[in-house]
Amino acid sequence: MPLLPIIRSFVRNLFRSRQVESDLDEEIRSHLEMLTEENIRAGMPPEEAQRAARIELGGMDQVKEQVREVQIGNWIHSVLSDCRFAFRQFRKHPGFTAVAVLTLAFGIGANSAVFNVVDGVLLHPLPYPESDQLVALWLDAPGAGGLASFSTGLQLSPSMYITFSDHNETFQSMGIWTSGRANVTGVAQPEEVRTKVISDGILQTLQVAPLLGRWFSASDQDPRASKSIMLSYGYWQRRFGGDPGIIGRTLQVDAQSREIVGVMPRDFRMVDQDFDLLIPMGVDRNNQKLAPFGYDGIARLKPGASLAQANADIARLVPVWMDSWSNGPGTNPHYYDVWRIAPNFHSLKQQVVGNISSVLWVVMSTVGVVLLIACTNIANLLLVRADSRQQELCVRAALGSSRGRIARELLVESMVLSLTGGVVGVAVAYAGLRLLAAAGPAGLPRLSEISLDARSLGFTFLLSVFSGLFFGSIPVWKYARASAFRVIHSTERTATTGRARQQSRNLLVVAQVAMALVLLVSAALMIRTFANLRKVEPGFWNPGSLQTLRISIPDTAISDPLLVTRTQHSIAEQIAAIPGVTTAAFASAVPMEDGDPNWDQIGVEGKSYEGGEPPLRMFNYISPGYFQAMGTRMIAGRDFTWADIYGLRPMVIVSENFARESWGSPAAAIGKRVRQFSNMPWQEVIGVVQDVRVHGVDKDAPPIIYWPAMLNDPYTTKPTIDGPRSATFAIRSDRAGEQSFIAQLQRAVWSVNSDLPLASIRTMQEIYGRSLERTSFTLVMLAIAGSMGLALSIIGIYGVISYAVSQRTREIGIRLALGAQKRELRWMFVRSALALAGLGIAVGLIAASAMVQFMKALLFGVSPLDPWTFIAVPLVLLAAAMLASHLPARRASSLDPMMALRCE
Amino acid sequence: MAPEPTTLLQGTLDLLILKSLVAGEKHGLGISRRIEQITGGTFQVKPGSLFPALHRMEEEGWISAFWGDSENNRRAKYYRLTKAGQKQLEAETQRWTRISWAIARALEAS
Repeated sequence: MPLLPIIRSFVRNLFRSRQVESDLDEEIRSHLEMLTEENIRAGMPPEEAQRAARIELGGMDQVKEQVREVQIGNWIHSVLSDCRFAFRQFRKHPGFTAVAVLTLAFGIGANSAVFNVVDGVLLHPLPYPESDQLVALWLDAPGAGGLASFSTGLQLSPSMYITFSDHNETFQSMGIWTSGRANVTGVAQPEEVRTKVISDGILQTLQVAPLLGRWFSASDQDPRASKSIMLSYGYWQRRFGGDPGIIGRTLQVDAQSREIVGVMPRDFRMVDQDFDLLIPMGVDRNNQKLAPFGYDGIARLKPGASLAQANADIARLVPVWMDSWSNGPGTNPHYYDVWRIAPNFHSLKQQVVGNISSVLWVVMSTVGVVLLIACTNIANLLLVRADSRQQELCVRAALGSSRGRIARELLVESMVLSLTGGVVGVAVAYAGLRLLAAAGPAGLPRLSEISLDARSLGFTFLLSVFSGLFFGSIPVWKYARASAFRVIHSTERTATTGRARQQSRNLLVVAQVAMALVLLVSAALMIRTFANLRKVEPGFWNPGSLQTLRISIPDTAISDPLLVTRTQHSIAEQIAAIPGVTTAAFASAVPMEDGDPNWDQIGVEGKSYEGGEPPLRMFNYISPGYFQAMGTRMIAGRDFTWADIYGLRPMVIVSENFARESWGSPAAAIGKRVRQFSNMPWQEVIGVVQDVRVHGVDKDAPPIIYWPAMLNDPYTTKPTIDGPRSATFAIRSDRAGEQSFIAQLQRAVWSVNSDLPLASIRTMQEIYGRSLERTSFTLVMLAIAGSMGLALSIIGIYGVISYAVSQRTREIGIRLALGAQKRELRWMFVRSALALAGLGIAVGLIAASAMVQFMKALLFGVSPLDPWTFIAVPLVLLAAAMLASHLPARRASSLDPMMALRCE
Repeated sequence: MAPEPTTLLQGTLDLLILKSLVAGEKHGLGISRRIEQITGGTFQVKPGSLFPALHRMEEEGWISAFWGDSENNRRAKYYRLTKAGQKQLEAETQRWTRISWAIARALEAS
């Protein structure tokens, strides 16, 4: 079939329809006239000739309609006219339209907003080329105790990186990296910035070209080479105003001059983390041991290589690594056999998405259910409307309108409704995203950058279409089958024959109640979880009046460790002197702070361990007064004193669970001794403190060893003083968080050393709140969804009952006239609502008990089948059903029987 | 109405219209009368079938239309065969010949 004429006709029919119409009209008219003339020529009188011609033609409008139906693009015209008709209908019923459009807008908008986040976070989290080749080098090490953590596995050591990257056969490139902080000085105000220290292979793996300048070269990674640095886009903009001539300038980073060689583009992040500076790691190949295991590894697979192949490849290299390196003379390099190190590589995407996915999927399905409830509500409204239009539809069917035509008209109406809802929904989604960006958990990466893109708009469109098809098809299915027979039937109007019609509405209400129940159960479980988390004693008190800030002292600024501790001590004293400060102390980390915890092997005197090696324990360095500032209770013994610290006395404080595990009771622990390695001096336990949930309120408190803020470094052969160079200060004051207070803190620190920047200035409440963030976010989302579901179901029940009342006005009148009690009448309607709700609750309970299993990971201290929740929520729904049906029931019982009977 | 006879009928009508235009351009009534004539009055094409068919065939490019004056000086829409229409006519003729031969053979069989 030739395409060109078809397109030409299509365009003409569509855009010059008036011309086409008048041509058609003239053609038929002239045909009629020619027929008449023919008849006259055949000898008919003019009037009869015309009549005969009309009979032969068979009706001008019918012929024209038949021609129109074959015209190409005709359907567009009829759909457009259906749309116009739909809009007219909506204008006539503004109340209905507003309710329907708003319900849809919220349903669709919520879905678009959440889809947007899911799309950005879960489906396309990695903005790197061919990101499916990217692998997180995750090592399992079941024998390594706490060192192989739940969130990172066993991290890599530089020697592992060298062996793996030199000898592997499955990777194109491989690198290790770690996060850090650095002080940038030599400018107006010293500033602490976020750094990523990266080995060779990282940039080659991520494959993102720099915006300016170049990547680090192999010679930049030479530990003896001149120092270089790369900037993030954000830091470049913030610090240098996006100066294009920045390449080649130098920056003082931790008192070291570094040359700026490149700037990374705007959307570049180190896997899922923001940073300010990239610093070359400069791994020294000639000076490595087996340990330390503190680096994240990423790699790019060769095309076609699988994760299983990569695992096998590296598994082969683990013994090679142990043979190639040692931890020093006299140590057994195959000691790590007991750790049972085995590669268990993940795709980088899986690693990044991690635990946020369960939250997002729960939220996504929740808003999906809300939309379903909204759609059933609208389907119900449409059914009611179609009911009131039944006569019209039947008459039209009788007059020859095809079923398809009526069905299309009903569908077009629904589509117009849902697409309008979709358009408004985009606005709702936009507002929703702003809200998510403000309230979403920090684990949602790139939320601030998320905007409504083409894919989200496409999703919204599809969602609108499917919603329209869904709720539109229900009335179509019911009414397009209307036959002429129904016309006669429906003239009985308000007779009680509406039972069959009522049934489909009842079904929708049952479905609605069931879905609302699932939502409410989920929301209630989250509320219980939140309450449980709030009840947990975290190991510190009143986080709102606890100010924290971090100060790092690089060895380029102060090299003598003793002087570092003295500086930290005098900072603490200066801060304590500020009016309103009760206590000021410091530690290497405060609870729930991000950053990798420290682990040491700790052996208890007189105890023998399986495999000869004591397990790894978490440790922290603390100054005197730290527990007092935090509000962590001393259970037995005493705190450190500054005399202990400066005297380098071999002392230690342990957590209560460590004391109970090792010696049975806190009191028994005092005076006992622990040590790190077999050849190291024993340290005496002088105090036992309350357990602290350092990993977050929902994680168990680990046993913790507290070392004094300064001690003899156990790793060096000759005793040298060591202590944490980066310390978080804990300051107890009612003024915590106030701007003027922070300014005073700044002055206090700078009165000791004006080169030290203050970082991470926040109250403990912020840190604590963040650990509850995921729960509170899920809670808020589910609570919103649950209350929307509840509200929509109340509206649904109300609608169905009040429609039933209006349909049965006559019956009610008769009943009242025959002396029915008003209370009985009311109860009749309330009872039917309760029956519907009861059925919905029964279905919902079954569905909910299955669905909540998916929420297990989000719950804390409450079973997914929590009996209180499963009793309370149905009661709430029953009460709602009663409330929703009570109003129409009252209206029914207060009818005047005479009026009711006369309304026919 | 089941689809199968419709196609056959439609095909037949198309063929007859195309055939009627071989002798030269005609308006709707002319085509209708010509078909009556060449089929010996067997087929009487009603306007309700004729005009939709004409418009459809015009859109398919088999015939083209133009406005002209009728015998009685009345403005009328005329149709003429296009090249594509000619080809279509040949194809249809072949198809129809084959069918009618086959049907005739089938009816002759005992």
